[in-house]
Amino acid sequence: MGEFGIGQPVRRKEDVRLLTGGGQFTDDIDLEAQVYAAFVRSPHANAKILAIDTLAARSMEGVIAVYTGQDLVDAGMGVMVNEANYVNRSGKPMNKPSRRIMPVEQTRFVGECLAMVVADTPEQARDAAEAVEIDYDVLPAIASTARGLDKDAPHVWPEFGENLVVHWEYGDKDDVEAKLAACHTRVKVDLVNNRLIVSPMEPRCAAAEYDTASGALTVYTPSQGGRRLQMMLARGLLKMAPEKVRVISRDTGGGFGIRSKMYPETVMVAFAARTLARPVKWRGDRSETFVSDYHGRDQINVAEMGLDAHGRASVLKVETLLNVGAYLSENGVRLPMEGGGRIIPCMYDIPDFYFSVKPMFTNTICTDTYRGAGRPEANYIMERLMDAGAQALGLSREEIRRRNFITEAQMPYKTHLGFVLDSGDFDGTMQMALDAADWTGFETRRAESATRGNLRGIGLATFIEGAGSRPIEGMRMRFEANGEVTLFAGTYSHGQGHDTVYAQLVNEFLGVDFDKVTLIDGDTATSPETSNGTFGSRSSMVGGIGVKRAAEAIVAKGRKIAAHLLQTDAERVVFEGGVFRAQSSSITLAEVAAASHDAKKMPEGMALGLDESVVYENDVENFPNGAHICELEIDPETGILEILNYVAVDDCGVVLNPFIVHGQVYGGVMQGVGQALTENVVYDADGQLLSASYMDYGMPRAAHMPMIEALFNVVPAKTNELGVKGAGEAGACGAPPAILSAVGDALSRLGVSHIDMPLTPEKVWRAIQEARVVTAA
Amino acid sequence: MHNFNYHRAADVADAAAKLAATDDPKLLAGGMTLLPTLKNRLAAPSDLIDLAAIAGLKGISVEGKEVVVRAMTPHAVVATSADVQKALPALAQLAGNIGDPAVRHRGTIGGSVANSDPAADYPAACVGLDATIVTNQRKIAADDFFQGLFETALGHGEIITEVRFQIPDRAQYMKFRHPASGYAVVGVMVAQYGSKARVAVTGAGPCVFRVAEMEAALEKSFTPASVANIKVSAEQLMGDIHCSAEYRAHLITVYARRAVEAMVG
Ligand SMILES: Cc1cc2nc3c(=O)[nH]c(=O)nc-3n(C[C@H](O)[C@H](O)[C@H](O)COP(=O)(O)OP(=O)(O)OC[C@H]3O[C@@H](n4cnc5c(N)ncnc54)[C@H](O)[C@@H]3O)c2cc1C
Repeated sequence: MGEFGIGQPVRRKEDVRLLTGGGQFTDDIDLEAQVYAAFVRSPHANAKILAIDTLAARSMEGVIAVYTGQDLVDAGMGVMVNEANYVNRSGKPMNKPSRRIMPVEQTRFVGECLAMVVADTPEQARDAAEAVEIDYDVLPAIASTARGLDKDAPHVWPEFGENLVVHWEYGDKDDVEAKLAACHTRVKVDLVNNRLIVSPMEPRCAAAEYDTASGALTVYTPSQGGRRLQMMLARGLLKMAPEKVRVISRDTGGGFGIRSKMYPETVMVAFAARTLARPVKWRGDRSETFVSDYHGRDQINVAEMGLDAHGRASVLKVETLLNVGAYLSENGVRLPMEGGGRIIPCMYDIPDFYFSVKPMFTNTICTDTYRGAGRPEANYIMERLMDAGAQALGLSREEIRRRNFITEAQMPYKTHLGFVLDSGDFDGTMQMALDAADWTGFETRRAESATRGNLRGIGLATFIEGAGSRPIEGMRMRFEANGEVTLFAGTYSHGQGHDTVYAQLVNEFLGVDFDKVTLIDGDTATSPETSNGTFGSRSSMVGGIGVKRAAEAIVAKGRKIAAHLLQTDAERVVFEGGVFRAQSSSITLAEVAAASHDAKKMPEGMALGLDESVVYENDVENFPNGAHICELEIDPETGILEILNYVAVDDCGVVLNPFIVHGQVYGGVMQGVGQALTENVVYDADGQLLSASYMDYGMPRAAHMPMIEALFNVVPAKTNELGVKGAGEAGACGAPPAILSAVGDALSRLGVSHIDMPLTPEKVWRAIQEARVVTAA
Repeated sequence: MHNFNYHRAADVADAAAKLAATDDPKLLAGGMTLLPTLKNRLAAPSDLIDLAAIAGLKGISVEGKEVVVRAMTPHAVVATSADVQKALPALAQLAGNIGDPAVRHRGTIGGSVANSDPAADYPAACVGLDATIVTNQRKIAADDFFQGLFETALGHGEIITEVRFQIPDRAQYMKFRHPASGYAVVGVMVAQYGSKARVAVTGAGPCVFRVAEMEAALEKSFTPASVANIKVSAEQLMGDIHCSAEYRAHLITVYARRAVEAMVG
């Protein structure tokens, strides 16, 4: 057990397959006699569609069909789903446009699908797509979050008379403002949380085939678990019985939140396969991924915090503008309330809170969940406020945090929005980070950098996450006659290493060899009914406990079989290390498993086999947290910034596999580094995407990757029997504020008080220039 | 990608003949620029004439006061050539900082020079190191070769065969990499030839250009201080979503000064 059980840095069993080209991504799947789809995309951010002429395209070589939005309406197809239901305080419900799979009358963002061509070859489909003629009446557009609610901003949905989706509020604004006014010290931040392109390695793809005889549809697509997609496709969109729709994701090259969503292209490919009764395949290219995958973040936050003379914060006001894009994606509009809302005001005990969220429509692709889903944004606000508070009061950045942390004595601690923090040693975690980063020795290093003309800074960010998304997940564990174990999961490993971790758990609980456990996931035909998939760092909790409870069910049944075989009472049989024992006699689980397939060896009336399904319902989540410290150096002449050291201390509860969790930390930090330093979506005033390729969109490179010292402060979660807390999103929460804190530290002596992400060299250089001008004046 | 006819030229004359005989041909070198353009359907040549099999277009030699790099030599070969590292280390260093390893192993000097991308590195070497661009028809001084945004002196049917760099007394290239693409936002090649100096800037303008004022100042006194306060007007420079023209103008001065600093030790 030891070597492969819980807590061991077991190497990932899936990696050899994936690294040697054995992966089966959607584009690797070729269906017999498949034909190919290509999409006609809107070149305009806002335009009436006057006419779509498909005649020329239809007559081109190899073309099988051309579909427009009207064809889908005529075919009785449904609309894209959005379940959000927020209400203004006035009682007015949110503005909720219906989103057709492809629009008929108007297009609202560049890249929107307006027609689909199906042809014998991909090239023919593309050629014909270029021949589809669309007449537009181009209208003024709005893309900017800062300007989206201006009086003169064009309306994305004129019928609503505004771009505001809803004004959602928590708390008493007047009361909070009055209390702020009465505070000894107030600090205010005005922050752009930059819009990001999520960039999974695998572009979006879909392939579908329809069996006319049985009326069964199979859809292959990258995903984060197919059950929700299956339900959406069947119920709302294609109007089929769910059991007739099967969604398969063999391998998926990165999810990050956006791969759990339903996209028009997927529906269209399924629709065409059914209509034509021929397999249809589409592989999006990278350019399409830029304009049609949901984007992440895109908030503007103005926040104010009131403190007493000792640095204790008592009042907080946060006003959020959120750009949701042209439509309501599945989760975009919910992120501040239900994503960040799980934790805000983060690690701090602040009794008075007013929170205003104004999501707005713009002529851009929708935003949706992206690694952290609202929590990075919330932590970013709080950390920048804490740094501002420290500066205003002349306190150290660690001390102001210490004075405001929610303590273990206060837990379980109910947050403003009704979530309950169960555990966490915020001060201890921070102290570990300070020690590991030699925080107190920093001034020597700063002085050394100064001798080279460089500005050195050190930054601290503490943060909290909300993981283990509700509400339900299933798990099935089956023993084969040869003693091997097959797990059927509804969680779906798309990079996380579930094959390895679940096998470790089986090894831990049942003593089965790590190599004898096989995970089957990514297929709605085999995954448990109640599955939801993998997102929000939930699989360690909902999948891990699924494995644990399934193992318990196996032991319970196995004990009865063992008792029967050992001719004793089940109560006398103990299970340990893969062996059932009753006094001096014993039988291994493998022997019991073999016997379970032999009716002659089984107790009367007991079903054959060891095959147990469990359902795990969680009405609570878990709250990973951490403290990250970043040390960097700035060349003041150019603004170029280099990260020199990065310490990440994470409390993700009981660590199932530190090797894998380190990977999650590194990846999350890297995406945070990207947001902080290089990544930024830029639309021009007409709604054209300027950062539409990696020539213009700054993906972080290996050279930006700092050496990361990743440490754990293990505080087991009390919300679940494994004690686990999610580990997937922490890095993306910690890195941006840690980096900004470090830059603030490096530049504060020059008098730079504000700077927004991404910290491009020019932005840093300008901040220094402006500060120098002001100082000189 | 649209369909095209593919030809593998046996030698330069064969390539020239094929260029003349086809409708709308394009030469194919490393394909690092051309192939993505084709894949994105931004160009649809009728014929691609591949220069890869022409042995005479590969290799490097040092001939008297010149380093000669033949057109189909990949950047990685220039970067690691012992001859170049010895005779003209600034050129090896420049080549070694182009793109990423894949690009350096495929992309060629001929393709880079012919393309005259405003952000490419080699143009700074050509102009800064007083190179001669040799084609199958003539010799063109680098100063006359680069004419504008993606524009060169190359005529129809003209094939670059080699680039001849004048070996300077000393030279240094300094590059500010674009945060997204890795190309040059500003790349400055400073070279000293006896009492003469050359300062060539790529990345900042529509094509590589020299900074006469800096050259004159360095010819008077080859010290960092000579260029430290010479500003290039932002007016003629380019800006993008990462780096404005004003910032580029500032970087030219900083990188020119740093190049001289590195040279005078
Ligand atoms: C990801 C990436 C990053 C890059 N980064 C950089 C960078 O940092 N700095 C930099 O300088 N460059 C960079 N490049 C460009 C690269 O270095 C190549 O120099 C460039 O792509 C052209 O060389 P090639 O051999 O690939 O030419 P090709 O793409 O094959 O051809 C380019 C053009 O030149 C023409 N051509 C080719 N050879 C000849 C010839 N002998 N005579 C006449 N015409 C010819 C072709 O017809 C075509 O029009 C990058 C490219 C990529 C893809």
